[in-house]
Amino acid sequence: MPNSSELTKFIFGRLTWDALPLHEPILLVTFAAVAIGGLTVLGLITRYKLWGYLWREWFTSVDHKKIGIMYVILALVMLLRGFADALMMRGQQAMSFGASHGYLPPHHYDQVFTAHGVIMIFFVAMPLVTGLMNFVVPMQIGARDVSFPFLNNFSFWMTVGGAVTVMMSLFVGEFARTGWLAYPPLSGLAFSPDVGVDYYIWSLQIAGVGTLLSGVNLIATIVKMRAPGMTLMKMPVFTWTALCTNVLIVASFPVLTAVLALLSLDRYMGTNFFTNDLGGDPMMYVNLIWIWGHPEVYILILPAFGVFSEVVSTFSGKPLFGYTSMVYATVAITVASYLVWLHHFFTMGSGADVNAFFGITTMIISIPTGAKIFNWLFTMYRGRVRFELPMLWTIGFMVTFVIGGMTGVLLAVPPADFVLHNSLFLIAHFHNVIIGGVVFGMFAGITYWFPKAFGFKLDPFWGKMSFWCWLVGFYLAFMPLYVLGLMGVTRRLSHFDDPSLRIWFVIAALGAVIILMGIVSFIVQIAVSIMRREELRDLTGDPWDGRTLEWSTASPPPDYNFAFTPVIHDQDAWSDMKARGYQRPVAGFIPIHMPRNTGAGAILAGISVAVGVGLIWHMWWLAAGGLVAIIAVAIGHSFNQDRDFHIPVEDVIRAEGARTEVLRSVA
Amino acid sequence: MAPPSNATVLQRSMRLVCNDRFKIVRLIKAALTAPLLASLAGCKMVVMSPAGDVAAQQRDLILLATGLMLLIIVPVIALTLFFAWKYRASNTAATYDPTWRHSTRLEMAIWGAPLAIILVLGSVTWATSHTLDPYRPLDRVAPNRPVPAGVKPLEVDVVALDWKWLFIYPELGVATVNELAAPVDRPIEFKITASSVMNSFYVPALAGQIYAMPGMQTQLHAVINKPGVYDGFSANYSGAGFSGMRFKFKGMAPADFDRWVADNRSAGAPLTRAGYLALERPSMDDPVRRYASVDPALFLDIVERCAEPGQVCKGQTMRRAAAASRALASATRVLCSTDRRSLPPRPVSQAPLQY
Repeated sequence: MPNSSELTKFIFGRLTWDALPLHEPILLVTFAAVAIGGLTVLGLITRYKLWGYLWREWFTSVDHKKIGIMYVILALVMLLRGFADALMMRGQQAMSFGASHGYLPPHHYDQVFTAHGVIMIFFVAMPLVTGLMNFVVPMQIGARDVSFPFLNNFSFWMTVGGAVTVMMSLFVGEFARTGWLAYPPLSGLAFSPDVGVDYYIWSLQIAGVGTLLSGVNLIATIVKMRAPGMTLMKMPVFTWTALCTNVLIVASFPVLTAVLALLSLDRYMGTNFFTNDLGGDPMMYVNLIWIWGHPEVYILILPAFGVFSEVVSTFSGKPLFGYTSMVYATVAITVASYLVWLHHFFTMGSGADVNAFFGITTMIISIPTGAKIFNWLFTMYRGRVRFELPMLWTIGFMVTFVIGGMTGVLLAVPPADFVLHNSLFLIAHFHNVIIGGVVFGMFAGITYWFPKAFGFKLDPFWGKMSFWCWLVGFYLAFMPLYVLGLMGVTRRLSHFDDPSLRIWFVIAALGAVIILMGIVSFIVQIAVSIMRREELRDLTGDPWDGRTLEWSTASPPPDYNFAFTPVIHDQDAWSDMKARGYQRPVAGFIPIHMPRNTGAGAILAGISVAVGVGLIWHMWWLAAGGLVAIIAVAIGHSFNQDRDFHIPVEDVIRAEGARTEVLRSVA
Repeated sequence: MAPPSNATVLQRSMRLVCNDRFKIVRLIKAALTAPLLASLAGCKMVVMSPAGDVAAQQRDLILLATGLMLLIIVPVIALTLFFAWKYRASNTAATYDPTWRHSTRLEMAIWGAPLAIILVLGSVTWATSHTLDPYRPLDRVAPNRPVPAGVKPLEVDVVALDWKWLFIYPELGVATVNELAAPVDRPIEFKITASSVMNSFYVPALAGQIYAMPGMQTQLHAVINKPGVYDGFSANYSGAGFSGMRFKFKGMAPADFDRWVADNRSAGAPLTRAGYLALERPSMDDPVRRYASVDPALFLDIVERCAEPGQVCKGQTMRRAAAASRALASATRVLCSTDRRSLPPRPVSQAPLQY
């Protein structure tokens, strides 16, 4: 019946039963595991009647602390997916030699490495960074929330929406087989006609809305909501790095949005921006994506630098050495990160002058970065260094990161890049800076601020297990890749002829397994810490003898963070307050004006995912209907006048009184 | 005598500047490679021991840059561990200065040290980016061995196909798939393009890579100094058959190379347009193929994306577009100037029209 088949096509677009991976055992097993795990979680939530609590207290929350925590949870869940991809690649490359072609055919392997890159950058590193900034920044500047609390909730759910879209591609259809930046012409319609690249485009576009808006939000927060007395040069360094990172986000993510929009015009409308013919220019895509892509790596690393600055100064019991030069170094990196994008494609035949220019600008970034390393070094000098978990991550970072920095500067020399570009040496380099820098930084940050968020410290034994597994695992997994790069092995290969390479891949796979143990230890650490929370309890709110304002409140902080907005006189405001014998006010409370929770963000993001599905599968009715629904819900939400409330003064008095009691009992 | 080109001058001055440094390079090389080689015995680090002069210079550059950076990296790592140990909280004998946060002299040093390294490395980068520019014709085949007068480089036209390599020798009239050969000590000039998606042409033993891109032509100058069989491959992921997109590069004594060319002439069929279009179709793990003769216009047409009969060449499209836009521009000019002349003088308050 042609009519019914046309109707089916109208309703389902190009989605058919073939899109389900019923013939791929690996995916079926994965799907079964995810389904069973997911159903268990959902069942438990239902069993303990937690839906109402989660919706009211978390999903609709506009509290920056809860949103920050949810970002981190999202990142950790996605880390498991991204790391599963990594293990699959390491396994394939260790097995696929000579007659053996391993267990992943190119069709599957190519999706795995693409998904690994996309997920680790966009849905692990970014939410970790954004989550930490969300949680910490308002408290560090003495604010009660961000500038636009609803926008914050909406941003988070859009990021979740992007992550959901990526995860969907695992079981319905497939993901891109293009590498994580989807260079055309390969990602164009002519060479990637299926849904993979569309999943890529729409998951990044949905998440990109969230990232951009949260960037705007945090800039406004830092610029407008600092406590009185906190001039820019008295801001904590983490807040400085957050400010620079968000400036980078706001200036660079629109470029990503635009370049992906142009690519989707090519794919959906038959335009020729990046095609081979009719005046299309694929190199334009490469330029544009790296004009976003290079600032992106500084978006990730700057907040990590901020964490290290806080940690090294706290655990050395000293103010940060060279605060001013640290700030200028951060700003210099921010500006210079826009002047280096071409170093990602020295090998595309730019002239010697152009290559040399971009090579030298790239090296120049290593000057402020080097200055930062020295600043941390001299913060330890004549300090009293306590080797708590955050400090271990920091020292691990300082030793590891400089090696990655060195290989990075080496890659910035164009003629050296000609022999190392796209090789496993490059892979080793950027994992060296991203794991050694961003991941170590985020773990330092999580272990540092965890007691602030939950009122108890993380278990040190399992934390040390996690740290040492990550550190040793990193070196085992990536030092062999440096060697392989020098042996002339390029990236993204799923099969090798030369058996002498194999031992290095086996060592690297072993390293990945040790990193896995690090991840498992981290999860065990969380579980053990929750079980032992009474022993690990911190009642003071200031477990590390902290130096910045977030340590002046209770742990976990009350919804309103500060009953009275603090007044700042010096850098390291809380240290300064402690040194000057600060007395916590115990009377004179007033009602506190706070934003009200709303479900609009979650609903809008849910519809956005539906629009994405419609666009990916060519269900035009769904895409069009969804767009209309988004606009309708957004307009509807603008009529919601019930946006704020006052915490009654009795509640404030009760909460602050309880804190006074606790502090007295500790003292 | 013709005046030396800028690049030659640069290279000469570079050599003057670096004469001393090359000694350092040799020292660093010895210091670095000896333990490396000892520990990595049995593994062939082709990037560190290439067989072509260009790749050898790139290797030297890697060692020089690494050595320069180790001057700062090693002390930083050592100081990190030393400070962490010395100022550990349990060591109450160590000085504790909880307010020390600034020292102008130290700050000068910590900005100055990386700056000094980058000044040196930046100059080296500027110079070598020019001397080792893949587009620059070679002026030597090995250290202290300039290209003999009258020796023209061997031109090889490279086409990255899905998923195999086509090599055309325009002077010799032959072509091969997945096998490349060149006589030792004669400069080679590669002209590189691709048929469908981006690849990267890379023979690590010979020289650094350069991308092969559809509708564009890139260039690479290189020379092989030792006879042997080396690996070549695509260094940029290009789809399902990417892992098998490998070829052998044979450095040969001139007589052997002549024999290789003759073998191709006798063993192969001609590469016609139709043959090319069949070859262009995606295929994986292709065997070596030899062609006795090639359509001489084929390579340029591949670059211009008109190898298939009936396609319009890029250059022609652009010329047409340029002509059309010129026509449009002059028409607009005529129209506008008439408009302006026919319009009455505009009152000052009226917003000016924008053309």
